[in-house]
This record gives sequence, structure tokens and C-alpha cells, in this order.
Amino acid sequence: MKKRIYMDYSATTPVKKEVIDAMMNYMETEYGNPSSIHSYGRNTKNAVDEARDIIAKSINAKSRDLYFTAGGSESDNWAIKGYAFANRNKGNHIITTKIEHHAVLHAVEYLEKEHGFTATYLDVDKDGLISLEDLKNAMTDETILITVMYANNEIGTIQPIREIGAVAKEHKVAFHTDGVQAYGHQIIDVDELNIDMLSMSAHKLHGPKGMGALYVRPGIKLHNLIHGGAQERKKRAGTENVPGIVGFGKAAALAHENLEEKIARTTALRDRLIDGILEKIPYTLLNGHRTKRLPNNTNISFRFIEGESLLLSLDMVGIAASSGSACTSGSLDPSHVLLSLGLSHEVAHGSLRLTVGAFNTEEDIEYLLQELPPIVERLRQMSPLYEEIKGGNA
Amino acid sequence: MYTEIVMEHFTNPRNVGEIKDADGIGQVGNPKCGDIMKMYFKIDENEVITDVKFKTFGCGSAIASSSIATELIKGKTVKEALNVSNKKVVEELGGLPSAKIHCSVLAEQAIKSAIFDYAQKNNKHYEELEGFDPDAEEDHHH
Repeated sequence: MKKRIYMDYSATTPVKKEVIDAMMNYMETEYGNPSSIHSYGRNTKNAVDEARDIIAKSINAKSRDLYFTAGGSESDNWAIKGYAFANRNKGNHIITTKIEHHAVLHAVEYLEKEHGFTATYLDVDKDGLISLEDLKNAMTDETILITVMYANNEIGTIQPIREIGAVAKEHKVAFHTDGVQAYGHQIIDVDELNIDMLSMSAHKLHGPKGMGALYVRPGIKLHNLIHGGAQERKKRAGTENVPGIVGFGKAAALAHENLEEKIARTTALRDRLIDGILEKIPYTLLNGHRTKRLPNNTNISFRFIEGESLLLSLDMVGIAASSGSACTSGSLDPSHVLLSLGLSHEVAHGSLRLTVGAFNTEEDIEYLLQELPPIVERLRQMSPLYEEIKGGNA
Repeated sequence: MYTEIVMEHFTNPRNVGEIKDADGIGQVGNPKCGDIMKMYFKIDENEVITDVKFKTFGCGSAIASSSIATELIKGKTVKEALNVSNKKVVEELGGLPSAKIHCSVLAEQAIKSAIFDYAQKNNKHYEELEGFDPDAEEDHHH
């Protein structure tokens, strides 16, 4: 069979066998509704409670402050809109950044456009970091919420979360962070990091898709997301996705076993990738901060070529990756994150994201480092932009 | 998402390269949109395109569109080449995803642009090129 190597762990991850097994039991055998009084119901109720305990404990939170949702985007939407609607008597200003996931950006834009809120979108520097000075300067009497992502999904840059949380605390405004890429990959303590709301997603850590959670600190008021029954403390009604919740709990438990060792292992693979590519291929540049970045993230721009042709070529040799090129986003412009770093459109179009994970080996990295240079060279030989460089016109 | 023909042309593109003493050179697109196509034509005294080469910065469909377009016009007269439409390019590729149709438009524009250059250098006029502006801001996305 043709070699296949998955290097797109930030897009999604394979569901682990232990997670599938745990979930299957709650589809085949323990299929009760947690709201039912009988043993079928009690058993699933216990399973939901147990999963909630595991996840809450992993971020040093109380179980009662953790709400299950249908994924990271839902958690982001709920945190931002739910908080804005419940606190508009306090003010109408929200602070976020230009590099957020669209689940945050579009939720904030919606509040501006349809509900009279105002927002500040903080710039980032060339490494993708916000400035705490900018954040402080953006605060007004009307500010009610700061929402800054924990780690960026494209470039992996990790923001100074504790410091941002401290600014929020000092000004008595709420701090939400989109932790979708960080949860299960970083050690997160919501108290130590001054986090008021944290969005999480199961499928980024070998759990099922369509499953997420939102941590909400006691005292933080949110409008209810789904009106109906008493599930999730009446805030998000609807019969619980029991297999999904159980799978998320199992995935979270596995992710937090020896997390520090896993971080060290993944970081070593990442560093080999970054150094190997930058060393072997000229006219390349690393996007995102060199060290303040997710352990799994490599994002490199290859000048004179376009990302989608790079992805197609890599796919032909069995390597699965992603790109910030417009051609892969379905929009006219390349990634808003890469443009926010100050990259030109051309350089942003030529970006490649490789995100490694549990099932990647050093051999995978060596295979990539062997296959990539000729692919880049072939595409460059076809590029009129490369021709200009070689001709000394650029 | 791509047809086998597109993938085949992306993998083994025909006529990649440059022609040093080209009779007509056309470049369209811009890096902002993520695609640039450059075509070089060799045209003989009977207005037959005897050789054609291309270079493209762009996605898989941009490279495949350039490749098939060069095949469609090689050995043809200038007049015939001017009648190669983007629809023809799409048809020959067995179809393109709707978001990628602009790549075929770019190929048609590149052909026209190279012939425009040839016409200017040789003081020739083609009614097919009336109103054609090789420097027009590429608006194929809209």
C-alpha cells in the first residue's frame, strides 16, 4: 500500500482506540437517557458526571463550572454572545485580536453589526504576539470582555495568557480564551492563568468530532444558549450526547497522562521539521514565534510558489498537510492570520502548515524532509516569480 | 475535487519553460490573487504558433489550465488561438470546480496577452483583440 503520513493534527486527530471502545459501550449497552430515573439513565448520568470531573480537574476547575457543547465553535459563540447579551448594562465594548479563529471574529462582528456593540481588534507583531500595552490602551469604561485565543491554529503562536488575564482582572472585565488548539496540548490552570471562560474541543485530542466544552468561572453571567430542559444546568438544553461526552472524557484523561513528556516529544519532532526545512530549502521563512508556539506546529512560507499546488504535490507522495493559501480557503484572500503578521499576499499564498502528533515518528519527519525539497524546486521551476529572482530582477 | 485530466496536467505539465527569442510574451494575473501566468510564443511568417512555453505561479488548476491551453494552440494560427475560450479550456480539462473557473479565464487572457504583444511588435491588428487591455487589473474573481 502507498505510504500515507498524516501531518494535519491541528485540523483534526484520529480517535484513539480506547476512546472508541469507551464510546461504543454508551451506544450499544448503556444507551439510557441521563434524565431517566431507571438504571439505564443512572448509568449514563454517572458516565456524564465522570467525564465532566475528568475535564474540569484537568484545568483545575470545579465540575459544576464546565458545560458540554457541540464543539469549539459553539463554545466560542456562546462565551462571546452569551456574555455580551447578559452584560450589556455594564458596557458595549469588546477587545479581541486580528488573528482569532473565525468562530470568534465572526461572533464579534455579528455583535457589532446587529446588536450595537463596538470592538477593538488588536494587531499582532511579526511573530503573531499581541502587545500588552496595546491591550491596556484599548480598555475603555465601556469594555466588558477581552477574548484572545490561547494558541493560534495556523501559526501556533501562544499568547501571554496569564498577563492578559491579569489585565482583565485588574479592570474587572471578563477574559475568554479560545483554547481549542491548546487544551490537551498545554498545561492549563484556569485559576493560575486568570481565565474566566475557556473554549475546548474534543477532536483536537483524539476525541470525537462535534463535541466540546466551555468552562465558565463562577460569577460570570451568560445568557442561556439553548432553552429547553434542565440539562447543563438549564444553560444548554437537550439530551446529552452521552457517547460524545464519554469519548471526550476518555480522550482528556489520556491526553493528560504524562502530558509534559508528550510535549517534549512533539516539540522535538517539530524542531527537527522546522530546522530541517529552513536548512534544506532556500527562500523560506517560519511563520509564528520560534519558541512561544504550540509543540506540534510548523508553518513555513515558500516564496514563489502557491500553497495549494504544494499540498497537491505532497498528497501525491502520501503526506497530508494544510495551507493558508486563498485557493484552499474558498475565499479571495490568503489567511487573515498570515496577512496580520505583515506578510505580502504572495508569501502568504505560499504557506504550508504541518502539524504533527502522537502517531508521527522521526522517520515521518525524515520522509517529509526528503520529499519536500524536490517538490518545491519543481514548482519553483514553473514559477515566473522564481525566474525573476534568478534573473536578478528582484 | 479535480478531474483526472487536471491532475495529469498538474503532474506532467506540457510546455513548461521560457523562449528566449519569443515573438510574443504575455503575463496576466497578480500575486495578490495567488496566480500569475506567463506565456511565450514563437510565431512564423504565416502567423502559425510554432512553439509555446509557459510559467505559472498558482494552484493546481492554474497550472493545469496553462498546460492544456498551450497544447490547444501549439501549431495553430494566431487567429485560431484567439478563438480559444476559457470554456474550451474547462471542457478539455473535463471540468473545473466553480471556484476555479477563473484559472481558465486566466489562460484565455494569457493567450490574448501574448498575441497582443506580438501584434504590437509587428504592427498587426486582430479584431478579436479590440478592446483588450493586457494591463487591465485582473478581476477574474468577481
